[in-house]
Amino acid sequence: MNPEHTLAVAVFLPLIGALIVSTLGATPNLREAVTLITSGALLAIVIPLLGPAMSGEQPAINLVMVLPGLPLGFKLEPLGMLFSLVASGLWIVTSVYSIGYMRGHDEKHQTRFFTCFAIAIAAAQGIAFARNVFTLFIFYEVLTFSTFPLVTHYGDAAAKRAGRIYLGILLSTSVAFLLLATIWTWQLTGTLEFTSGGILAGKVDGPMVGILLGLYAFGSGKAALMPFHRWLPAAMVAPTPVSALLHAVAVVKAGVFTITKVVVYIFGIDLLRNSGMNLWLCYVAAFTLLAASLIAITKDNLKERLAYSTISQLSYIVLGAALANSWGVLGAGMHIAMHAVGKITLFLCAGAIFVATHKTLVSQLDGLGRRMPFTMGAFGIGALCVIGLPPMGGSWSKWFLALGTAEAGQLWLLAALMISSLLNIAYLMPIAARAFFLPSADDGDHEHASKHAGGKIREAPLLCVVPLCITAIGCLILFFAGGEIYELLQPMAMVTEVSP
Amino acid sequence: MIAEQLPILQIIIPLLSAPLCVVLRQRQLVWAIEVAVCWVSLACAIGLLVQTMDHGPIVYDVGGWPAPLGIVYQVDPLAALVLVIVTSVASVVMPYAPRVLEAEVAKEKHYLFYAALLLCMTGLLGMTITGDIFNVFVFLEISSLSSYALISMGPQRKALMASYRYLVMGTIGSTFLLIGIGLAYMMTGTLNMVDLAERLQGVESSRTIRTAFAFLTVGISIKMAIFPLHVWLPDAYAYAPSVVTSFLASTATKVSCYLLLRVIFTVFGVTFAFDAMRLDTVLMPLSLAAIFVASTVAIYQTNVKRLLAYSSIAQIGYLVLGLSFASVTGLTACMVHMFNHALMKGTLFLVMGCIALRLGSVELSDMKGLGRRMPIVMGMFVIGGMNLIGIPLTSGFISKWFLIKAAMEKDLWIVALATLVSSLLAFVYILRVVEVAYFQEPDAETLLKDESIAKTPLSMLVPTAVMAVATIVFGVYPTLPVTVAQQAAEMLLWGGG
Repeated sequence: MNPEHTLAVAVFLPLIGALIVSTLGATPNLREAVTLITSGALLAIVIPLLGPAMSGEQPAINLVMVLPGLPLGFKLEPLGMLFSLVASGLWIVTSVYSIGYMRGHDEKHQTRFFTCFAIAIAAAQGIAFARNVFTLFIFYEVLTFSTFPLVTHYGDAAAKRAGRIYLGILLSTSVAFLLLATIWTWQLTGTLEFTSGGILAGKVDGPMVGILLGLYAFGSGKAALMPFHRWLPAAMVAPTPVSALLHAVAVVKAGVFTITKVVVYIFGIDLLRNSGMNLWLCYVAAFTLLAASLIAITKDNLKERLAYSTISQLSYIVLGAALANSWGVLGAGMHIAMHAVGKITLFLCAGAIFVATHKTLVSQLDGLGRRMPFTMGAFGIGALCVIGLPPMGGSWSKWFLALGTAEAGQLWLLAALMISSLLNIAYLMPIAARAFFLPSADDGDHEHASKHAGGKIREAPLLCVVPLCITAIGCLILFFAGGEIYELLQPMAMVTEVSP
Repeated sequence: MIAEQLPILQIIIPLLSAPLCVVLRQRQLVWAIEVAVCWVSLACAIGLLVQTMDHGPIVYDVGGWPAPLGIVYQVDPLAALVLVIVTSVASVVMPYAPRVLEAEVAKEKHYLFYAALLLCMTGLLGMTITGDIFNVFVFLEISSLSSYALISMGPQRKALMASYRYLVMGTIGSTFLLIGIGLAYMMTGTLNMVDLAERLQGVESSRTIRTAFAFLTVGISIKMAIFPLHVWLPDAYAYAPSVVTSFLASTATKVSCYLLLRVIFTVFGVTFAFDAMRLDTVLMPLSLAAIFVASTVAIYQTNVKRLLAYSSIAQIGYLVLGLSFASVTGLTACMVHMFNHALMKGTLFLVMGCIALRLGSVELSDMKGLGRRMPIVMGMFVIGGMNLIGIPLTSGFISKWFLIKAAMEKDLWIVALATLVSSLLAFVYILRVVEVAYFQEPDAETLLKDESIAKTPLSMLVPTAVMAVATIVFGVYPTLPVTVAQQAAEMLLWGGG
């Protein structure tokens, strides 16, 4: 199979999977088997793309010419490669986990759940490989709509309210800003193709660059830049596997991916940096990442805390992209992968804790480490990765982001990054620490509690624990794979170094 | 050669079949004739479209009398597009009709219903095809009178009042049209549109012509339900039989829009209408008002058919907005949306018919839990709704795309943004229905009403599905409507190239 065909297959395979899954409601085992096979097959066809991507090839394919000069098509480039790899790799892990979680909980509407999940993955692949903003926009909206039934899975009043916020914010930002920016770009340049070095150079200058950038940045509501971040905490009413894959990986990363990709391939980082209009976006991102970290500290609900942590970490990526220099862009690209693996670990742990103990609050987790050592251990590793401490993958991306701020000469931004990292420690580490070092709060009798807890390990079902251990190990592996990711992404950032 | 006679066949077949229906009376037979006539008409329209796209506009002298003495039929790409819209909607709606008609209209009246529907279609086709402005008025009256009759056959008594209100407003509209035609004739002595356009050149600054222009525009605006002349529309759509609503909502306003395009661009010309008469300063604010006011009102409706009717008024706003740009992109947007809106509203009103048949009501409160009880039908509602919002890969998106591009070409940023924001209002009213249908459990009372008919009959499901699928197909492959519309737009603006 040619690489260009693989791109199309990578998008359609999960769709076909979704179609089959939707008809197998009566035979859950078969249905789950199809999900697993599809996710495995997806990863198997995406991995061979690494070769061409590393060697700098950009195979491309057009599916349909929707309007003259405006094809629906796909193209391989490093950032999309990374995003696709992360999404498809973590889909397998999450599928295994979902099966354990959904069955452990005896959830209703499981067929709808797995169907929509597969459609969402297809949309993520479409976003990753989109060859122009138009294609990206289409799959961006497909992702919004396919995840709506997942967010409102429970169908109660809370889910309905969350669904309104979710769809309301994501749809209105994308339609009002992103679509406007897209058509504007088309109007200016007559093309929407993602092109190395950008397409806007010479077509737009001065404050207009800033306005267009703003339309793109806020239009990608999935990036959860303040003040359009409310949908993310709201979406936490969804079952945990949804929060894990979609709201730590596919959906939120689709937002920051869009911003990064637009900065690199539509504006071109030179244009953006030289215009000086990128700075205000840097400040918005810096504000968001600090404010979200501060809010996260105040949240006692574990998933909500993780949600605000995600908002904060997404702004790291936006900041990196907005810096518009090679370090910043590299850091942004890397953080998409690093944060994904770290944060999915944390969410999977939160779900496992919920399945095993029905606890949702941070303050209830004292002493849980003795009962669920694997889960809480993985939580610690995931937390270290998100904070960005060695030997976890996250340390590389934060390193490059810090380099980027230094290169831009923005010491305030550097300071914001550092302070936020301290805040990360403050809201993530205590969870793991409490679990291991504090006595269990379950029983009033302290003596009894420690004896009781020390004696037995009662983890969540195996199907839940194994995936989160795998992603925790992934955090570790990414530290050592930093060099490869750097090499993969480098061509994208090289663009600046070519020009004087 | 039959191909040369297509323009007259387009009109004469449905026109003669209507009295045949009244003579035959037998319900099934009449219906069969009706379906056959619609399909033949569709074939004619497609034939005309192909001919005009290949060989340019067709001029057909009725009875062999050349213009300006006789009446001519004139088919250019725009007219052909509208002919295709009208006949294809009719062809899809007809097979759908008998089942829902049984539930809504007394059986002994069916043959009259079918006859009126054929006349209505004839009128709409005639308005589109004719090149003679007085002939337009004649066909307008044919379609209007038959549609008053059709609306009054609605299942509730309120239909009579709705029909009466439409009659009053519609008559004012067509009278205005007639006055306008009269004034123009007074100054030029001709009724042929092309001829009229030429002879207007010298006299266009006269007050009489300006008055004629005003009467014509306002008259057509009433028929088209341009805000604030829309008051007849919500009741008429809400209380008419489901078949009639589906047919009229997809075709009647489109033909009126076509007429407006003809009068403004072909007869009076873009310089007169937009430079001398500043039509854009009237139409643009009105269209934006229509979009926002009607969409907002739609949000608060409890009857879903009424909700969709208000949504139609908003969508007509988009048509007028595209027209008011007076640019190729703007007119393309207008015509593409004419086509797409026919599809999407067709889908939605056909869905309403299915629901009305099952529930005996289209009140929002009766639709609780409908997502589970009628999954296919509600699925198609969601597709139609996504079209209204303008989600990518649906045809509504293509319309929005051109509309926004047209606004940007004129540097009207506020209008571009307003257009985008307005689609969020559509999102709100569609979401209201979706939430009730998918997230609320049906209560005992609504369940009781349900089982009069256990399943949606296939004869209704298939036409609805055809429409729904078409909205997606033309969202992914919009080449056909877009090329035709672009060609037609260039012709309207720069003359018959």
